[in-house]
Amino acid sequence: MIYDIEFETLPREALSAIQLRRLRATLERVYATVPFYRKRFEEAGITPNDIHSLEDFQRFPFTTKQDLRDNYPFGMFAVPMDNVVRIHASSGTTGQPTVVGYTARDINTWSVLMARALTAGGAGRRDIIHNAYGYGLFTGGLGVHYGAEKLGASVIPVSGGNTKRQIIIMRDFGPTILTATPSYALHLAEEAEEMGVSFQNLKFKYGIFGAEPWSEQMRQEIERKLHLKAVDIYGLSEIIGPGVAAECHEAQNGLHIFEDHFIPEIIDPATGNVLPYGETGELVFTSITKEAFPIIRYRTRDITTLNPEPCICGRTLVRMKKVSGRTDDMLIIRGVNVFPSQIESVLMEIEGIEPHYQLVVDRVDNLDTLTVLVEISDRSFSDEVKVLQQLERKISFSIKEYLGVSARVKLVEPKAIARSQGKAVRVIDNRKI
Amino acid sequence: MQVKQISVFLENKAGRLSEVTAVLAETGINIRALSVADTSDFGVLRLIVNDNQKALETLKNNGFSVGITDVVAVEVPDKPGGLHLILDLLHRAQINVEYMYAFVQQSGNNAVMIFRFDHIDEAITLLQENGLTVVEGSKVYAL
Repeated sequence: MIYDIEFETLPREALSAIQLRRLRATLERVYATVPFYRKRFEEAGITPNDIHSLEDFQRFPFTTKQDLRDNYPFGMFAVPMDNVVRIHASSGTTGQPTVVGYTARDINTWSVLMARALTAGGAGRRDIIHNAYGYGLFTGGLGVHYGAEKLGASVIPVSGGNTKRQIIIMRDFGPTILTATPSYALHLAEEAEEMGVSFQNLKFKYGIFGAEPWSEQMRQEIERKLHLKAVDIYGLSEIIGPGVAAECHEAQNGLHIFEDHFIPEIIDPATGNVLPYGETGELVFTSITKEAFPIIRYRTRDITTLNPEPCICGRTLVRMKKVSGRTDDMLIIRGVNVFPSQIESVLMEIEGIEPHYQLVVDRVDNLDTLTVLVEISDRSFSDEVKVLQQLERKISFSIKEYLGVSARVKLVEPKAIARSQGKAVRVIDNRKI
Repeated sequence: MQVKQISVFLENKAGRLSEVTAVLAETGINIRALSVADTSDFGVLRLIVNDNQKALETLKNNGFSVGITDVVAVEVPDKPGGLHLILDLLHRAQINVEYMYAFVQQSGNNAVMIFRFDHIDEAITLLQENGLTVVEGSKVYAL
């Protein structure tokens, strides 16, 4: 099913024309109303009048997370506070939080996009959506919630946490769609097993998972354990929240970007040069319909590839591959670039290993060391120490082979690695650099 | 003729072993024999208990990674060369001992050893054919 049949299946020329018109209007508006953008455009020697084609847009400057922090809290808003009806903020774990605002029209746009995303993921008005994304300043919970209501589905605003109660609700209310972070979905599966509730007996058909990078192997793991079809959803609060791009359940092969609202670009993170379709680089977004918090060429730090090929679902929107990592959680260990998602892929290739792991990086005598903690499971446990040591060596060998980095592998007890209710903590970097 | 052995994965950190014994004590499970094999990071605790099912469930419910393995209890003549006789037999039949440990209680005048073999059935036959006593599970749990 396609929610917005007209806009999700536009021919490329018609879509480009819409994008150019909306982009020009957005550039004019931020130039007039946001001092930050006016200054940046002037420094680059350009004005919104210089835009004659989408190619001209490559001359405009990027916006970074640091720019948002520098303008904390409301410096990037393009409308007076009177017109702002909602404020969200990022968690700010690595510094000052970033704050975003929405007008009533923005909330409606977001709801429509989320309705599109949920539809792509297999939801319809007859579905009951168990929404385990956190409600609050984080955009995940409310984003899904408004989209579900716009779609006309029944939404259970269960939010994150209180996992036992969630299992009981799943058992008693019979939700058909699960929305959560992928790590929390696996946590739900574990908890259900402990409570003697089998996902096989629940009514879930589809799960729509996002807000953190997850691998293709993790998808298989989730589908096997939760007995549902798992699709990916992408978004970030700086752009609008969830609903920037969504995977269709028909293909499960990349996320359709809602290009009538956001212009994606892939750049080389080192040079800033725009890369052609098919090449891997940093994803950059420009919003072209937002009122309160428009954003120009925002560097997401997410690494992916764009694929313009037509999709079996009928959408003509370009697809982004599953995010394979982030430029900022990229670890450089003795000169080798390592993404946690790569380690995850290696682990999932090994029989009996669960995707519960943590990377600990230290610097000993000026040398980086990587330790990979991996939880033992009933399937990988053995009464023979040598078998367990072989397992450690096998993991270490695979990491070395695939990533070219030496890692010490340490088996730990089940649940030894903290399960977050939201985003999993995959990396502990103890290096003082 | 096999004996069930419970094994538990333990991280090498203070107090972890006592958490296992606490859990077993609370549920009234009696430990008949045990051994610990360890590396710098982790250890594997192996136990012969009086109630396998209950021990398995209790430990699992308390979040431990638990396995159950078939081992063999053998009466070893309590005199010089008693153990050697057994190991020599096994060696000549090319049966490997993965590990072994002693039972606290005696069976009559004999000591009892727990063996983990790579070929368990062959090992049992071999021992019995050579006049050694392989102790049944039900007897071992009650020793």
